[in-house]
Amino acid sequence: MDQIIVQILNGLDKGSAYALIALGLTLIFGTLGVVNFAHGALFMVGAFCAVVTSKILSSSHKVVDDTRTDFLGNPLEVDVYYIQDWFGEAAGAAIMDWAVPLAILISIPIMILVGFVMERGLIKHFYKRPHADQILVTFGLAIVMGEVIKYYFGANPIQTPAPEALSGRVDFGVWLGYGPNAVVYPMWRLVYFFFSATVIASVFAFLQFTTFGMVVRAGMADRETVGLLGIDIDKRFTFMFGLAAAVAGTAGVMYAPIVSPAYTMGMDWLVLSFVVVVVGGMGSLPGAVLAGFVLGIIESFASMPSIVNLLPGINQIIIYVVAIAILLIRPRGLMGRKGVMED
Amino acid sequence: MSKSNFTRRGVLKTGAIAGAGLTLPTYLRAQEAGFTNAPGASDVILGFNVPQSGPYADEGADELRAYELAVEHLNGGGDGGMLNTFSSKALDGTGILGREVKYVTGDTQTKSDAARASARSMIEKDGAIMVTGGSSSGVAVAVQALCQEAGIIFMAGLTHSNDTTGKDRKANGFRHFCNSYMTGAALAPVLAAQYGTDRKAYHLTADYNWGYTTEEAIRASTEAVGWETVNTVKTPLTQTDFSSYIAPVLNSGADVLVLNHYGGNMVNSLTSAVQFGLREAQANGQNFEIVVPLFSRLMARGAGENIKGILGSTGWHWSLQDEGSQAFVRSFGTKYGFPPSQAAHTCYVQTLLYADAVTRAGSFAPCAVAEALEDFEFDGMGNGKTLYRGADHQCFKDVLVVKGKENPESEFDLLEIVEVTPVDQVMYEPDHPQMGGAEATLGECNNGA
Repeated sequence: MDQIIVQILNGLDKGSAYALIALGLTLIFGTLGVVNFAHGALFMVGAFCAVVTSKILSSSHKVVDDTRTDFLGNPLEVDVYYIQDWFGEAAGAAIMDWAVPLAILISIPIMILVGFVMERGLIKHFYKRPHADQILVTFGLAIVMGEVIKYYFGANPIQTPAPEALSGRVDFGVWLGYGPNAVVYPMWRLVYFFFSATVIASVFAFLQFTTFGMVVRAGMADRETVGLLGIDIDKRFTFMFGLAAAVAGTAGVMYAPIVSPAYTMGMDWLVLSFVVVVVGGMGSLPGAVLAGFVLGIIESFASMPSIVNLLPGINQIIIYVVAIAILLIRPRGLMGRKGVMED
Repeated sequence: MSKSNFTRRGVLKTGAIAGAGLTLPTYLRAQEAGFTNAPGASDVILGFNVPQSGPYADEGADELRAYELAVEHLNGGGDGGMLNTFSSKALDGTGILGREVKYVTGDTQTKSDAARASARSMIEKDGAIMVTGGSSSGVAVAVQALCQEAGIIFMAGLTHSNDTTGKDRKANGFRHFCNSYMTGAALAPVLAAQYGTDRKAYHLTADYNWGYTTEEAIRASTEAVGWETVNTVKTPLTQTDFSSYIAPVLNSGADVLVLNHYGGNMVNSLTSAVQFGLREAQANGQNFEIVVPLFSRLMARGAGENIKGILGSTGWHWSLQDEGSQAFVRSFGTKYGFPPSQAAHTCYVQTLLYADAVTRAGSFAPCAVAEALEDFEFDGMGNGKTLYRGADHQCFKDVLVVKGKENPESEFDLLEIVEVTPVDQVMYEPDHPQMGGAEATLGECNNGA
């Protein structure tokens, strides 16, 4: 039973990331009608926002230490962090330690800007083109973004730890009546889950309870009529692209301590996120979130050693098997609507 | 309006004649010399086939730096590096057999088909006399087989799977780097000494060739010192979040986790293990331990703090104090500003060994070169006295057992050497079951042409 609880938690955690990426994908598809294959790359850019923030906060200058030598036998140049020069050793170390949460603040405007540039600079030229063209151009863009990241940061994953205070474990089992250490779960992964739930709730609240959101929803339902009412729906949709980019980006920032950022991570998430969107139902925001969590949990269970030993390789295909099963039963996905992407 | 005189047939004819004309000298030279890609009088071309894209691109970049340094030293440039410490004195800095060394590069992408395509291109279009490089056993086995067919010598780069010089060994292929068996033989006694003999191990293994042979080797060697293997689980090569695999480990009855992972896989699986508290955990009344059979400095940097105190092995490390290693570190460090990786070391040494073998053989003919390399004993290249065994074309040398350094002094100072395992301890018979048994043979050497 304890293992089942851990795998549910793992599934919720993984599902959170799927849901956040799929939510952004669905927002873009629902508003602009664009199939954005570069959305995984936005998740990667977000993760590298955490890396960059960490690097900026740990900027240093060299001081020669004559008592020690480097690998060539020359006097060792020791890094002295500017932030510790300015704020003192303890405060400076604390700021560096909280680089990932601080990166959230930095990543939001950056990701909105990235989204804006992507949409205005490239994707708007493909609105009236077939979906195949949109897929090709955004896929190409994803490759370019990955290669740019590799050029500057290298091919190896870069460790980006969570703050010390949030790096420990939570003895989840004690809360549920088990003995000590029966269900131990990393604290940051729980933080990630609550962060994702907050972001998802905020996006839904924004669309549901603000005038801006109401106009966007109206535009998603009938773009032409909203335009006839004198509302510049294109501007709002461009903002929604930026918002979707920010959602993917912040998801990436918070995921950086869980899986070390690497230039390949955009592609790693892309295909699975599309499966999530299709299973949830094209254009359905609640569907994307529901499918994200469902598939995350199923994937976690399929990766349990007892299951893998029984059915080797099942962990690698389970999401696709479940997707096929769901689409056979409900061809429009879990919460898909009639008429979306059926022309 | 101008009228073009080009016709499709004319262009095809001209192209065919031009192509034949360009190929003819190489073909005639090959026929005359009796082997593929016989070099001209002035220069010789080597093919450096390394991952320039894909997940091992950083290692590939370091390999390429080492190759460029080796070419510089062979042509008499720089400070000579290991040419000054190499026990064989056949090389004198005038290229190879008086010919200036030139090179072409290819991108393996860490994909067997791409690696074969780039190696084929270097052989057929660029006239490379020897192909070397790579950071993956799958790539090494694939390219080695291609070179065997083409009649070209293949000097493997970083490949650690037993199969490269085990069941898939080839007469035209040579490996300097250590293998999974040697890692197991070096690591197990240290593990027993540090963690005791009453241990229960849980293996997470990358689901590909290298993972299988490493798991087999570590299992065999640790079980030989009294450890029990509780479970072995294959993990997809594309896996990034290992939480689903790590979570069950603590309740499995195991008290050691062996991560048969390399590169990004290892960084991420170790990160998950640390997140789930395995390093601070207790099991069976003992501290829970994590073991990483094969370390590299480049991936240790990716794992950061998580690597501290974790035992593993490595083929070579820049902190070795022997004359050869220091000469190489000095040359490489002065040219590039940081110490070389184990991948750089093995690639540099392989290039020099090839050049030396050609010089001693007095010929570029692959079979003559192979004969010069077989059972060749040398020193001064790091790792102590080394034998290139003729029976399987595997180098036998000291293997390093290392652990993540607790208090690194610089960004390169990530691993500390725990033990230099002497070569005698890692030797095995060429027909060892882990190496393909009695059925594994080199086959016939192929001169090509």
